[in-house]
Amino acid sequence: MAEVKSNKELFNVSVSPHIRSEESVSKIMWTVNLTLAPAALFGVYHFGLNALMIILLGIVSAVFFEWAVEKIRKKPITIKDGSAFLTGLLLAMCLPPTLPAWMAIVGSFIAIVVAKHAMGGIGSNIFNPAHIGRAALMVSWPVAMTTWSKMTTSVPDVVSSATPLNILKQQGYDALISTFGSASNMYQAMFLGNRSGSIGETCTVLLVLGGLFLIYKKYINWQVPVVMIGTVGILTWIFGPAGFLTGDPLFHMMAGGLIIGAFFMATDMVTIPITIKGQIIFAFGAGVLTTLIRLKGGYPEGVCYAILLMNCLTPLIDRFCQPKKFGVRG
Amino acid sequence: MMKSFRGGVHPNDRKSYTANKPIETAPLPNKAIIPVRQHIGAPCSPIVAKGDLVKKGQLIATTDAFVSGNVHASISGKVIDVGEYPHPGLGTCLAIVIENDGQDEWAEGIPLKRDWQSLDADSINKIIREAGIVGMGGATFPTHVKMTVPKDKTAEAFILNAAECEPYLTADHRLMLEESARIVTGVKIAMKALGVTKGYVGIEDNKPDAIEVMKKAFEGTGVEVMGLPTKYPQGAEKMLIKVITGKEVPSGGLPMDVGVVVQNVGTAIAISDAVTQGIPLIQRVTTISGKAIKEPKNILVRVGTTFREAIDFCGGFASTPEKILSGGPMMGMAEPHIDLPIIKGVSGILALAEGESNTGKQSPCIRCGRCLNACPMGLNPSMFSLLGEKNLFEEAVEDFSLLDCVECGSCVYACPAKRNIVQYVKYSKAQNAAKKAAKK
Repeated sequence: MAEVKSNKELFNVSVSPHIRSEESVSKIMWTVNLTLAPAALFGVYHFGLNALMIILLGIVSAVFFEWAVEKIRKKPITIKDGSAFLTGLLLAMCLPPTLPAWMAIVGSFIAIVVAKHAMGGIGSNIFNPAHIGRAALMVSWPVAMTTWSKMTTSVPDVVSSATPLNILKQQGYDALISTFGSASNMYQAMFLGNRSGSIGETCTVLLVLGGLFLIYKKYINWQVPVVMIGTVGILTWIFGPAGFLTGDPLFHMMAGGLIIGAFFMATDMVTIPITIKGQIIFAFGAGVLTTLIRLKGGYPEGVCYAILLMNCLTPLIDRFCQPKKFGVRG
Repeated sequence: MMKSFRGGVHPNDRKSYTANKPIETAPLPNKAIIPVRQHIGAPCSPIVAKGDLVKKGQLIATTDAFVSGNVHASISGKVIDVGEYPHPGLGTCLAIVIENDGQDEWAEGIPLKRDWQSLDADSINKIIREAGIVGMGGATFPTHVKMTVPKDKTAEAFILNAAECEPYLTADHRLMLEESARIVTGVKIAMKALGVTKGYVGIEDNKPDAIEVMKKAFEGTGVEVMGLPTKYPQGAEKMLIKVITGKEVPSGGLPMDVGVVVQNVGTAIAISDAVTQGIPLIQRVTTISGKAIKEPKNILVRVGTTFREAIDFCGGFASTPEKILSGGPMMGMAEPHIDLPIIKGVSGILALAEGESNTGKQSPCIRCGRCLNACPMGLNPSMFSLLGEKNLFEEAVEDFSLLDCVECGSCVYACPAKRNIVQYVKYSKAQNAAKKAAKK
């Protein structure tokens, strides 16, 4: 009869597969943090102590809020996975260096508590938390959020503390060039980060290097930054200040928060479409909206709102961009 | 540029434990526990009773159902019990227990000598059916069913599945090195039964020695031996057919829909033995491996030998295993204990040591899309876990083609959030089937 052994040595059982790759959420998050660090450190070097304060407060408060909410929600504490750290860091990097540092805490609160956990926590948020935090600060303290400092490392020719996009919006392209002395000076300053702007957005070269590393690690798809930045470049060139095809794409591609946005925000896997096809549509839409806001809108810069608006469309894009099934013709 | 299929993953193949170990014959068990269900399809009914004397190769359980596989005695001796016993795939199952008389005597008329060239398709399939041959890669689908060409279809090609894409497993690899003649015969017989002239052998290119031996063995037969890119799940029928013939088996369809029949290496040998010598399927080669096994080996073992006996033959455990698997680590089944009989479909027994299985704790999906990139079937596995979690089975079936999932586990392998997607898939499929049945 039934001789079902009930011996002492019972082993773990679970559904297959029984081996997994070494990849993990925290590995991804910490790698992204690491790739952002050089540009953030450059921001501190470039803008001074208050920038450091904003970054530190942003990160510490984001991690604290994550811990507190998870405690209240009785969820496992996941502050070690680096995702709250990343939100705090990204938020701080998108804030002006002269902002009263405590406002970063408010921004982190909005980002973590409202944008992330009120939506269900990691993986469930619709909007990029860091950008929601920034947008909330923007409507709460519009003056503080648009006041820019002189840089500690300013080149002699750079007299204005306004961001290049501000100068462009208010005084026009010629004034922008004369601020930097010459067009080539301007490109060089924009490439190296020697300009006014948010703490972590100015140094194009470090941000691109960080982004390339993420592409190499396959943590982000190259199509997203290429399409988003390319779309802005092409559209700003076509619709130039002096008419058709008179724009300065190189300037626009390096200006404002486009580089950091395209490499680090428009690639936030939680809030963008899941297929590459969908991501390309997303990036294209974000590029179009950025250009529209920059050229026609009231704000000098539009990356933040462009990405947030495209975040709304993510579920819809996903719906129409499912992968192609094996064994189905056409 | 070698052809490949979309998706897939590259797990460490961990075959070095046993790839160079020649096949050893395991000792006969003191008693063989032989379940009446070792296949997909209808169970067999015992035709022997407690106290009967049986001989090796004697039919002991059978059925009239077409989709089923006969069961034969794997040793000679006395039937000491017919009852419920632990089973590696079903929990428990009716089994016939034979006490070994130490004689290892063949049943009457076995082995015989038969000239397969003179047989027609029907008689070959009849022999295969009587011999109880099932797919030995692990799926255990009755071979004669696969080999029977439906009237409205024509077979165009035969493929020998020698990919052996599961990590650790090297049984087919060793068979190709050591038993090439029987493999060639098995393939020729299968091609004759199907009435095809086109034949292929697909081997992953992490086995260059096997590719070489097979190329030599199949010289002049018109069968093409192909090295395939090493990528899991290369040995999944649909992927194998796609890579070799360029054809995609239609969604919901069978290989025969594109005129192809695929059989595994072990199955080809079983066909050869049954057709040329009348020997039914009573033994198989299986890989005993994993860090927790003292001396990993490839062994030739009789059906009904227990996991414990096979592991003991390999020196026992080197450390306390965390998991025991029957089959490979990607699609194999975790077993709670080792007092289980080895059945026709057990392609490997793995004892994974602490940390070897790297399972991790499930966390929420971050929509990174790795599962979509890994899925060879072009599905969206992330949705299976999300919908399964919320018991939305119909949505998973209707909107995301759940039933196309082959449960290869590539998505889970790739998932950084360690989500148990295959578990949700199996659960949702079962719940969906139950719901459908309830509606009828």
